[in-house]
Amino acid sequence: MGAKYFGAAVRRREDPRFLRGEGRYLDDVKVAGLLHAAFLRAPYAHAAIRAIRTERARSAPGVVAVFTFADLETWMKPLPLFGAPPPGLAAAIAFEIRQAPQFALCRDRARYVGEIVAMVVADSRARAEDAAEAIEVDWEPLPVATDMRQAAEAGAPLVHEAWGTNVGVAFTHAIGNVEAAFAGADVVMSETFHIQRYVGMPLESRGAVAVWDRRDGALTTWNSTQVSHFVQQGLASALGLPHHKVRVIAPDLGGGFGTKASGYPEDHLVPIAAIVLGRPVKWVEDRREHMMSAAHARHQIHAISLAARRDGTILGLRDRIWLDLGAYNVWGIVLPYNTVAHLIGPHRIRNMRVDVQAVTTHKTPNAPYRGAGRPETVFAMDRAVDRLARELKIDPAEIRRRNYIRADELPYDFGMPYRDGNPLVYDSGDFPAALEAALKAADYDEFRRGQAALRARGVYRGIGISGYVEGTAIGPFEGATVKVDLGGRVLVATGAVNSGQGHETSFAQVCADALGVPLEHVTVVGGDTAGVPFGVGTFASRSGVTAGNSIADACHQVRAKLVKAAAALLEAAPGDVDIEDGQAFVRGVPASAVPLARVVQASIPTFAKPGVASPDFEATAYHHVPTVTFASAVHVAQVEVDVGTGHVTLLRYVVAHDCGKVINPLIVDGQVHGGVAQGVGGALYEEMVYDEQGQLLTGSLMDYLVPTAMELPPLETVHLEFPSPRNPLGMKGLGEGGAISPPAAIANAIEDALQPFGVDITATPVSPARLLALIRETA
Amino acid sequence: MKPAPFEYVDPRTVDEALDHLHRHGEEAKVLAGGQSLAPMLNFRLARPAVLVDINRVAGLDGVTETNGALRVGTLVRQRHLERAIDGRFPLLAAGLKLIGHTAIRVRGTVGGSIAHADPAAELPALLACCDGVILTRGRRGERSIAAAEFFVGPLMTALAPDELVVETRWPLPAPGTGWGLHEVARRHGDFALVGAAALVALSDGQVRSARVAVFGCGATPTRAAAAEATLEGRVPTVALIDDAARAAASKLDPHADLHASAEYRRRVARTLMTRALSDAISRASGSAR
Ligand SMILES: Cc1cc2nc3c(=O)[nH]c(=O)nc-3n(C[C@H](O)[C@H](O)[C@H](O)COP(=O)(O)OP(=O)(O)OC[C@H]3O[C@@H](n4cnc5c(N)ncnc54)[C@H](O)[C@@H]3O)c2cc1C
Repeated sequence: MGAKYFGAAVRRREDPRFLRGEGRYLDDVKVAGLLHAAFLRAPYAHAAIRAIRTERARSAPGVVAVFTFADLETWMKPLPLFGAPPPGLAAAIAFEIRQAPQFALCRDRARYVGEIVAMVVADSRARAEDAAEAIEVDWEPLPVATDMRQAAEAGAPLVHEAWGTNVGVAFTHAIGNVEAAFAGADVVMSETFHIQRYVGMPLESRGAVAVWDRRDGALTTWNSTQVSHFVQQGLASALGLPHHKVRVIAPDLGGGFGTKASGYPEDHLVPIAAIVLGRPVKWVEDRREHMMSAAHARHQIHAISLAARRDGTILGLRDRIWLDLGAYNVWGIVLPYNTVAHLIGPHRIRNMRVDVQAVTTHKTPNAPYRGAGRPETVFAMDRAVDRLARELKIDPAEIRRRNYIRADELPYDFGMPYRDGNPLVYDSGDFPAALEAALKAADYDEFRRGQAALRARGVYRGIGISGYVEGTAIGPFEGATVKVDLGGRVLVATGAVNSGQGHETSFAQVCADALGVPLEHVTVVGGDTAGVPFGVGTFASRSGVTAGNSIADACHQVRAKLVKAAAALLEAAPGDVDIEDGQAFVRGVPASAVPLARVVQASIPTFAKPGVASPDFEATAYHHVPTVTFASAVHVAQVEVDVGTGHVTLLRYVVAHDCGKVINPLIVDGQVHGGVAQGVGGALYEEMVYDEQGQLLTGSLMDYLVPTAMELPPLETVHLEFPSPRNPLGMKGLGEGGAISPPAAIANAIEDALQPFGVDITATPVSPARLLALIRETA
Repeated sequence: MKPAPFEYVDPRTVDEALDHLHRHGEEAKVLAGGQSLAPMLNFRLARPAVLVDINRVAGLDGVTETNGALRVGTLVRQRHLERAIDGRFPLLAAGLKLIGHTAIRVRGTVGGSIAHADPAAELPALLACCDGVILTRGRRGERSIAAAEFFVGPLMTALAPDELVVETRWPLPAPGTGWGLHEVARRHGDFALVGAAALVALSDGQVRSARVAVFGCGATPTRAAAAEATLEGRVPTVALIDDAARAAASKLDPHADLHASAEYRRRVARTLMTRALSDAISRASGSAR
């Protein structure tokens, strides 16, 4: 069982269909007799509904039905909530948590612009939209809370009155002795950093198609989701159906990034309409809806202080953290605690105290997005470290050398739990090596040597560093079923959903090696609940590790069955039989080789005789992943700033990273590139902006600026491979990492470029207007 | 994001198109490349009762040169003009390249950009910079309107609802004229936050004529008369260029939006005027040599 495919740069098998425009996305799902849904969404951030009149809409051309909360009251169940603290975490930290469930339709009040007030089903989307406009609502606008810090104070307008506060999660956590660390420090650096609200913005928006089979009492729904099994569970309980009567299929996804891993009203409303009307219903989210009703993300404030010795050794860390949750606390402790668990990162800091408040406001609810708290917390930490370096006149690279945890200190135990409740212990890696590798690849020393001469000519170039350590591949498991068919070909089904990560390629590589078959003999299907009974889904940099190891486990079981049958067929001892390249053979006797198809066929009973073995060449595995494994990276950005306009040009971007054993370096590079692109968006371009009334001002892609290929610099990656000791394949998660460090690295680089001006960057995105204002303030 | 219902007509002649416009007045909207109008329809920001698609109207898609001017039919695609200019008008060629992306320019028309009159758009400013003219037709006849009079506000022009832009005229800069064009956009292909264009002719080391236009800075593209007056007849030193840009910047009436404050626009307009003028002057003196 050699590693023929694992580690090889196999070209992505899914790409030909995408490149030819033959992907099957949600909108490509066509069913006879489809009806189309459109939603009336709240125009106010906070308002009571006094009355809804739907008569005009109901009689509009092409309209089949109009549904308000009152019309569907018996169907309205609370939407799912996540993020209760697991036992190990609850035992260590006293969390104050308040969660209020959202209903799929507003009952009597809207809490953010975009919340669904009514659903129209018509014979075309355009007519459904026309009718939605004809619905009349008597609104009574109510006071609005939009600023997270003000919303946390007593007397602020309340998002959920029953709470008596807007604070959805609050906790304090400390390790070591932070008071002593600060008392004994030579210097204390304090600053407040703001990380804006920015979002995943998949190219393909969300959507659902639902078909109700009245005869069987069974629902089939296609949903552009990263978590089909979660959607299935939510629907089974909301609709009171057995799980096996609810099939959820995630077709090809044009990106997910966490945005499609949340639970949404439309997941339920589209199937409910299909059941009530007895006709298939489709809804494809348009971009305007996506901007205001798909989950938002990020948005934190950190008032951070570092205590250090004059030589740059960091002794202690205090951070007061606010998170803006938007109108519903859907994700509980997930984002706040992720933020805390990743604050220290690669630094050797034994004393820390954090005070955290996650606050509801009258804005679109937030959810984890690629990085999920890490980009924010790394921004605060790495900006603070750079600021400390500047104060102490130590080079930013040097201060990191002095503070990064060494490889010989691993495993490194924080003495606090991770988000899953298990001890937070870095398992493997070499952070100083990543730092040096990144600096070398970015020609750090040479850059520094040339910097002054350039400045003298009015060219302002800077270099910035950011490093992170990321808990990846959160468990507890993923499901995988492997079956061999009559032709000896292999079907792999998993709960992991491919939203662009190349699962059809990398999982086939894992399977082909574990089973001993050619890659071309393997088909991978993800995200169909009919394919595997239990699954979790793709998010949190988890699928490579969780699904990969389950697939390998299942393959090992199937292989054992094949070996046993082949031994019977070849009249050899099972211990002497091997499988390679889709052939079973007696070791040392190449002439004995038979294709797996023969082995399968010989196992099928005939009228003449029973099979050589049971033709049960199938296995399902749920590899248990108790806790995360730690991936890490150091990013280095080079920028040039036009001090006349505030415009920033990215010159180069280097990533030196460790994601454990690599299945496919092409896919790893692609994941890093995509993540960096989204991080660049956070650093320089993207921001969801609301006014004081809670109106979304960035309602289109003309205003919400996603970087394109034109904005990206050459990206260089250095792969460091420190296998994870926490799973048999030695892998770590990779999907999110690229997005974590760019805001910090780029902001550090900009500040470095503008050293002569002494500019302090405390907020992202660093737009030309903001930067020029800073330059002129200090000039 | 589906447009509100509308009636659709696609006339084959200018007269037929004008008939529709006359009949429906304010209720009608002309559809050219659709690159600005279609998003407004989809957002239901524009809700015309009748859409008059002029893409099949004959005779509006020619590029010719007469009397030292480029005559560009209203339906000429931005991408087509970019290729057809052929070195005759480098400022215009450079400006066209800054409009969106190739895919947008392949559909977007020259006349559509002028009629749309986005204050941050390149073509209106360039037409103003070269003292260009807009040719319109209505049922009462033809008008020829100077760019300076055509743009009256953001997305507002001197065009009557029942008139059609049929052509724009771009006087070719005299040989030896130098040009400069600078803009700041958040991303490649975005509308400019601010931009400045300049055409400068020198004689005997002095500025014979200077034409400067600023865009993305206020309600309409603006000719920087103060800068032009400061420069004309003088030797263009670095200090003089700076004075010219400062004088013109103080006269601007910039707007603020999500992406930039008014103060930013005024400040950067000055920087960009300086850069555009410096480029124009060095190009002019380069070709004079
Ligand atoms: C992503 C994107 C980026 C863009 N970036 C830029 C940019 O950087 N710079 C820039 O300048 N533009 C930009 N544009 C706009 C683009 O240049 C448009 O093509 C242009 O503004 C309008 O031209 P059109 O032919 O598409 O007109 P349409 O969209 O069809 O029409 C625009 C308006 O003009 C009217 N109209 C059109 N033709 C006539 C006529 N002959 N007579 C009377 N009225 C008429 C229409 O009724 C409508 O009101 C961008 C567009 C997009 C989608």
